[in-house]
Amino acid sequence: MTATVTPLSLGEFHEFRVESVDFLYLVPSGGIFAVSPAGRQAILLLREQPLAADELLAALIDRGYAKDDAEEAIRELFEARAIRDPRGHQDLPQEPVADFPLQSLVLNLTNQCNLSCQYCYEFGEDKVATPDGKPKFMSETVAKASVDHLLASSQGRRAIHITFFGGETLMNFPLLKWVVHYALGKAKEAGQYLDFSLTTNGTLLSPEIIDFLVEHSIGVTVSMDGPKEMHDALRVYANGKGSYDILAPKVKSLIQKHNTRPIAARVTLTQQVTSVKEIFHHLRNEFGFAEVGFAPVTAAPKRLYTIENNNMDRIFEQFKELAVEYRDWAIAGRMHGFSNVSDTLAELHAGINKSHPCGAGLGLVGVGPSGDIAPCHRFVDSDAHALGNVMEGGLDKGKQKEFLDKGHIGAKFDCHSCFARPLCAGGCHHEAFVRYGDTGHPNLHFCDWIRGWTDLCLNIYGEIAVKNPAFLDQFEQRKPLQ
Amino acid sequence: MKHLKAINKKAQRIEQHIAAAHGDIYALQQGGGSPAARPHYPVGCSIVFSPGWEVDSAGGTAGLCQPAERDLYDCYVTCYWPAQVPDHYNNYPDWTSKCASATKDWRNIDLVFP
Ligand code: SF4
Ligand code: SF4
Repeated sequence: MTATVTPLSLGEFHEFRVESVDFLYLVPSGGIFAVSPAGRQAILLLREQPLAADELLAALIDRGYAKDDAEEAIRELFEARAIRDPRGHQDLPQEPVADFPLQSLVLNLTNQCNLSCQYCYEFGEDKVATPDGKPKFMSETVAKASVDHLLASSQGRRAIHITFFGGETLMNFPLLKWVVHYALGKAKEAGQYLDFSLTTNGTLLSPEIIDFLVEHSIGVTVSMDGPKEMHDALRVYANGKGSYDILAPKVKSLIQKHNTRPIAARVTLTQQVTSVKEIFHHLRNEFGFAEVGFAPVTAAPKRLYTIENNNMDRIFEQFKELAVEYRDWAIAGRMHGFSNVSDTLAELHAGINKSHPCGAGLGLVGVGPSGDIAPCHRFVDSDAHALGNVMEGGLDKGKQKEFLDKGHIGAKFDCHSCFARPLCAGGCHHEAFVRYGDTGHPNLHFCDWIRGWTDLCLNIYGEIAVKNPAFLDQFEQRKPLQ
Repeated sequence: MKHLKAINKKAQRIEQHIAAAHGDIYALQQGGGSPAARPHYPVGCSIVFSPGWEVDSAGGTAGLCQPAERDLYDCYVTCYWPAQVPDHYNNYPDWTSKCASATKDWRNIDLVFP
């Protein structure tokens, strides 16, 4: 009788090396480990060919490792699933439970805007919204029903969150004020901690509004695209006039007065606006934003502002330069403010492993002026994507399930062999819909970018862990962002 | 762990998970187990003063502190050890269904042929 021994093979991980330390990013779990030379040698040996455990042990001993050491290395790698029995199946995150409690509500207070940014996903060529015949401004009745829905659906959560959105959010400031008072009262009754944030184009800020935001610690994100000539390229009024000169003094005054929450800028990169470093330093230094984040415009291919491939490469190079700057600041114990890096580091630190790319339709929903519930603010007012209505029975569980089943990583076969999937999980549902007409389609046009970015941030994370681990403490409490 | 150093929070959880699995079964006389896992009691008849498959001081079963027939239940229901009786967990859940009181009805318990 011949005994058959199953050979060991490599598990699923992404390797990186910083400052002569070897790291493993274990893909199915999201764990990051530093690996010893013996452990690393075992991996190299198994990469050449599958070996039975005793063959691997003999090979390690051959290479000068003590028997005990070698055995221990093999056992530890096996237990952490860095090496495994090849019959092992692929590990993907499970479906979240069916009654996952809500955490964040995005209220689109109006679908109207005083600007006409050409790339806008709400009004532009690729819009998903179907606002015809629907109210343009949210009413108190709808806002009340939305807040009640959040409170009723977030049971068990200690902290909940409301984000105000538009259109231009501040075109409906009276309702914003009303919601803050109403919701705070309700949350207090329920014993929940509630906080607020809003996104605005900044043009309608007034001293009265700023005072209110400060008083209620409302977080603010300003959509801005950088120095005047870049900002004014696409962020314009209906008559084509740029909005920079109007908003600049107002935003500066907001940043100066608002000391209860850090103020962030959100930049949309387009074919016309790609100077990441210049934009960052302008917003950070000229304006004093605490954080600046960037995202490429969401658009179908071939729009005038859609970023072409060579430009994506150029942008990535600049992202990289800025990220390296972040790293050096972090090692010196300083806060840099490039939020794309801090968001990714926060997720890597937690070791997050997503079943879905974001909270849309899961812990987060958006509600539009009509009361329609959407997976997130970007789908608001779209009949095709509505998941019920706050005035008529609330969330439609069947539609929610359909949306979530489609977006689950298990349904995205292209992603199953990708090391970036714990963080990416296929990418934004809205981006996917605009590109491929299917919210559950992986955003394959971004894969190179995402994998490059993930690898870069892993390296930065590893280097900070080696040189200034105390810097990572700030991520202990920080909730990974949507 | 010596060859893998946990860096992020998920890695720390994996480490704890592995350590916990190690603490599951170990030889007490070798001082095994983490202090956090102690005190550690073995389960089964030896700890609950069931007679076990034993005899009394006179060599019979009459003087045991519990009726010897009770052992059928200790081995059949509560014990993890493969004993000389059919197993309740997987294959013979109804083995004692005709036996309301072990000392009186034990003759109703049938043989099984696996
Ligand atoms: S979309 Fe691309 S980068 Fe993202 S998980 Fe899927 S394969 Fe990886
Ligand atoms: S990532 Fe996309 S789908 Fe998710 S919340 Fe953001 S915009 Fe919505």
